[in-house]
Amino acid sequence: MSEVDISEESFTPIESSMGEEELIQIVAMHKWYGEFHVLKDINLAVKARERIVVCGPSGSGKSTLIRCLNRLEEHQQGTVIVNGIELTGDLKKIEEIRREVGIVFQHFNLFPHLTVLENCTLGPIWVRGTPKKEAEESAMKYLERVKIPEQALKFPGQLSGGQQQRVAIARSLCMNPKIMLFDEPTSALDPEMIKEVLDVMIELASTGMTMIVVSHEMGFAKTVADRVIFMDEGEIIEMNDPHEFFDNPQHERTQLFLSQILAH
Amino acid sequence: MTSSETQNPTNGSYPPGTHPDLPPPSSAYGPVHWIKVNLFGGVTNTVLTLLFAYMLWKIVPFLTEWMFLDAAFTGESRRDCEATAGGACWAFIGSRLQLFIYGFYPEAQRWRVDLTFVMLILALVPVLYDATPHRGKGLIFACLYPFIGGWLLIGGLGLESVSTDQFGGLMLNVIIGVTGIAFSLPIGIVLALGRQSHLPIVRILCVGFIEFIRGVPLITLLFVAAVMLSYFVPPGTNFDLLVRVLIMVTLFASGYMAEVIRGGLQAIPKGQYEAADSMGLRYWQVMRLVILPQALKISIPGIVNTFIGLYKDTTLVIVIGRLDILGIGNSSLADSKWQGLSTEVYVFVALFFFISCFSISRYSLYLEKKLHTEL
Repeated sequence: MSEVDISEESFTPIESSMGEEELIQIVAMHKWYGEFHVLKDINLAVKARERIVVCGPSGSGKSTLIRCLNRLEEHQQGTVIVNGIELTGDLKKIEEIRREVGIVFQHFNLFPHLTVLENCTLGPIWVRGTPKKEAEESAMKYLERVKIPEQALKFPGQLSGGQQQRVAIARSLCMNPKIMLFDEPTSALDPEMIKEVLDVMIELASTGMTMIVVSHEMGFAKTVADRVIFMDEGEIIEMNDPHEFFDNPQHERTQLFLSQILAH
Repeated sequence: MTSSETQNPTNGSYPPGTHPDLPPPSSAYGPVHWIKVNLFGGVTNTVLTLLFAYMLWKIVPFLTEWMFLDAAFTGESRRDCEATAGGACWAFIGSRLQLFIYGFYPEAQRWRVDLTFVMLILALVPVLYDATPHRGKGLIFACLYPFIGGWLLIGGLGLESVSTDQFGGLMLNVIIGVTGIAFSLPIGIVLALGRQSHLPIVRILCVGFIEFIRGVPLITLLFVAAVMLSYFVPPGTNFDLLVRVLIMVTLFASGYMAEVIRGGLQAIPKGQYEAADSMGLRYWQVMRLVILPQALKISIPGIVNTFIGLYKDTTLVIVIGRLDILGIGNSSLADSKWQGLSTEVYVFVALFFFISCFSISRYSLYLEKKLHTEL
């Protein structure tokens, strides 16, 4: 943790006044897929600049949880407030929230018919109304930040998985979001590419971005997370700071899970 | 060192370091090698090659002789043709070329048809090639073209009006084909999207329409256009038959187009929708910027298939008494001066359709190649 603490200080908080603001509030949220009760009574509050890693066995509802935050999935009960706006069926509000919430997917989901640069400028131009030139300049800035400016004119199909995922991160950042969601960003990658993506995410964390990361990268969780959440069968079983979480897991299921993934 | 020594490869010896770069032996590359590998590379291959060569030897000389070498290009009747040549009697086609192209369009006004054709090409270039200079202006022209073309052909507003009853020949095929192609694509896209809609009414309407269209033969629809549609419009209104045909052909093609495009839409992974949605793009932006460009690209072969089918189906207007290029050809056969020349007529009509359809097909290949962005 000490590394990150240092970097947090070196990146002096620009929006320090917002430090205590709760960007995400989930109260008593339930979700069903048909008969299947996939999320049960989820309660979670995320402050600005907070970095949360969500882990748990597959099918435990981790992805569904973060997908409920930008309405890629609809919850049936409870309240979800993102950036001060409550998520309801209201399309206008959903769009408003989506503008402020970036998401990075397991399978990148880049647009294969557009170049890397066009992928990055699509949102700013059409959603934010940014002039094309300005959008391109800012996109290049973010592509530099994820260390692939030289690929800007290529198509996603010409890049490696790690490069594609970094483009996906840049694409989300181009929208200048307040919150970044990561849905297992490294689990579709070859081992040698995982690091390059994690490095970008660590760098992003050090700038004070509010992040919720669904991941099994325990090393990443240890270095970067403020809190680690363990989910199983649709419930939040345990939530703690990384030290406590890894060294002293309270719940039986957490212990079992950790022993399974750390055994390797 | 004497030059005779280095330039004499036949003796096979060169001083060290002066061996020239000789081409590989012709058995490893070049035409002989190619023939060996591709035409005679095995028993089946050899048999097929010989069979094909035999067919070519039988057909090509015969066709060339019939179509060109022994054909008559001038003459006033079939007898004239037979007097000068034993092959095709193209003089027949030549004498009726105007009819084949313009149908019964008044002779003095035919420049209007020519102008419409020329403008059609000018309108198509910016649509088909994105490297066209001044493409923006070209596209505006292309959007205005249907109105300009319609005005030129039908007349009014300063031009002598020509009844659409007088349209015929090749121009009728082109008018129906181009209109059908131009309108069936957007309508098909809307229907395909409607079929996937979350709104039940929209979905039911689109599914109902598509299934109805696909369940009814085009000829039936054309009869409906010719006979029944006048029952539905208020009495006294003159709803032009050609317009009715255009509507029917367009709707018919749209139904098929919708299904072709639906196939393309289904091939787009859910993640593409999610990625586009999660940026905050609206439904139509998602469709226009992300989904349709990919879905249409996948659908190109099917779309072009539908276009070509539609274009050839334009000959069906014959069943409601309109004479397109095939109809003109058929009716020409009744001329006693030129009796018995059906082969020439059908070869001519077939060539016209083949050239049109083959061009469409080649363009679609070019487009597919251009849009291919994966490795």
